[in-house]
Amino acid sequence: MKDNAILVVVARFLIPLMMLFGLYVQFHGEYSPGGGFQAGVLFAAAWILFVFIYGLETGLRIIPQRVIYTLACLGVLLYAFIGMLGVILGGNFLDFHPLLDAPRAAQQAGIILVEFGVGVTVASVVMLFFLLFARRRADSEAAGLDPDAADDVETDRQ
Amino acid sequence: MSSITELMPFIVLIPLIAGPICALLPGRALPWLLTTVSMATAFVLSAMTLAAVFDGATLSYAFGNWAPPVGIEYRVDAANAFVALLITGVASVLLPWGRPIVDAEVPERQGSFYALLLIALAGLLGITLTGDVFNVFVFLEISSLATYGLIAHGRDRRALLAAFRYLIMGTVGATFLLIGIAFLYILTGTLNMADLATRLPSTEASRAMQVALGFIVVGLAIKLALFPLHHWLPNAYTYAPSLISALLAATATKVALYVMLRFIYDVFEPGYSFTALPLSAALMVMALGGMFAGSWLAMMQTNLKRMLAYSSVAQVGYMVLGVSLVTLAGLTAAFLHLFNHGLMKAALFASAGLVAWRCGSVRLEDMRGIGREMPWTLTAFALAGVSLIGIPPTAGFISKWYLISAAMEDGQIWLVVLILITSLMALVYIARVVEIAWLQPRPDDAPAVQEAHWTLLVPVWLLVAANFWFGIDTRLTVGGASMAAEALVGGRLLP
Repeated sequence: MKDNAILVVVARFLIPLMMLFGLYVQFHGEYSPGGGFQAGVLFAAAWILFVFIYGLETGLRIIPQRVIYTLACLGVLLYAFIGMLGVILGGNFLDFHPLLDAPRAAQQAGIILVEFGVGVTVASVVMLFFLLFARRRADSEAAGLDPDAADDVETDRQ
Repeated sequence: MSSITELMPFIVLIPLIAGPICALLPGRALPWLLTTVSMATAFVLSAMTLAAVFDGATLSYAFGNWAPPVGIEYRVDAANAFVALLITGVASVLLPWGRPIVDAEVPERQGSFYALLLIALAGLLGITLTGDVFNVFVFLEISSLATYGLIAHGRDRRALLAAFRYLIMGTVGATFLLIGIAFLYILTGTLNMADLATRLPSTEASRAMQVALGFIVVGLAIKLALFPLHHWLPNAYTYAPSLISALLAATATKVALYVMLRFIYDVFEPGYSFTALPLSAALMVMALGGMFAGSWLAMMQTNLKRMLAYSSVAQVGYMVLGVSLVTLAGLTAAFLHLFNHGLMKAALFASAGLVAWRCGSVRLEDMRGIGREMPWTLTAFALAGVSLIGIPPTAGFISKWYLISAAMEDGQIWLVVLILITSLMALVYIARVVEIAWLQPRPDDAPAVQEAHWTLLVPVWLLVAANFWFGIDTRLTVGGASMAAEALVGGRLLP
């Protein structure tokens, strides 16, 4: 859809704004409404809009599927790592007090890091969802099939 | 704080953290190795935890050092530790058995397959150990979502349909549970189980509390596959990969039963649960329905895995029958059968998995005369079947014995007759497989079948041996089950 001038102009304006807003929600999550989940969805929405306008190939050139998959796992692992840091430094799992000396700053640092992990995972999983559905459609179109036709699942004979 | 209290949450955390690592590992050997090592570690930790709570102690771990009831708490007594030991134990034995079978059934992307498996097990263990009702819901969704994905890995395309059906039913069940939890939160303002247990008795009994209990029991009954809510189970177990069938049959429904008991006996008082709703009568009717319908349908099946799945529906009936007696003996029998049934179904599905792998089919007509080609596998199946029927000296006999004693103690002799009739029905469907496999001649045009390698037979025979061991030495099973029942009742009066 990159031939449509209106769409391209609006998207060019909107996509950076959406990403910026996503980051805003991400990094204000520890003391105001927001956090990793919402931020991840906002960020992924910006990427999906980009793919709508410029096509799947361009979108994947920026961030290949393998990278998205890896990021989805690394986000969870960041969360787990910060949680384990509490155990290693002598507290309980997800205990942020041992991270820094000042208790308030320690909690904030812990929450921001953990929420960043959540944000990365949510963003990449939403992108993966979209990607898998889009790929499936592209594959069946390439094979000359009607992508909207119902799958004929063999019925249960027993 | 003793050291086991600090180690106990790692029963859940190890598989939960190993899951995403596993998803990144290439090839086949590494994901399997990581999965096996993490489950074995969790098994050791579960055994240590059970040893620590065997004298009636309760371990409590506050996540993030937020003191309960504000923070999330893991609260472990004999009931949780007993179920956790079953899950981790069965998983540790089945994983070495499952490796070549998974290679055959899921040839590609094993990293994500084992990652899902770890996350499903972490979810089940999380439900078991947590002391927070909302945490129960979250872990239930974690394990269910991973399980849908695992079932869909089956080679048969019908696995997709089975997974989708389970997804619909499982989501309905989880939603019901969530509605019930929301009612509890509105009534008391807390989500911590121990806190709920102290606040609910002083809360004025209202329709909302009745509704909460009803939603929670029905929601968990779906996950438990209690007749007539069992419809998702037979297809899910039949078309899932063999390793997943065996693991799910041994663990998933057991965890659902445990949580249901935790809610009925611990969160709500038994004095409230069984008088506010006609739970005892309802559970008994559904249990008896499941025992008869499950056994009857199992006798009709032409597919070995589907037969075992319907048999699971019947066996869930025995456990719930124990619960419906509302006595300490009945609850002990339920916990005992929960553990023993996990052992026998794991052994049965494991030997069925070997047949499926070697023979390429689990249809009974393709299994004619296979006993002479795969003697070790089919002998293991027959011996595990003996335990399922309940012939001494097996674990199945012990659990039926305790169930019958509980029924007699309650003065309900007619239940004993019904238990014996359904046991005879189990004899029929197990004997049918034995007859087809051993006594019928192998058809001439049947493909040659080889016995499985001994490394695969060892885990299966280990499970069979456990069935016999726990039929003779019942210190762990009966001791654990009665400790679990006492921990749940906690000195409260039974109506």
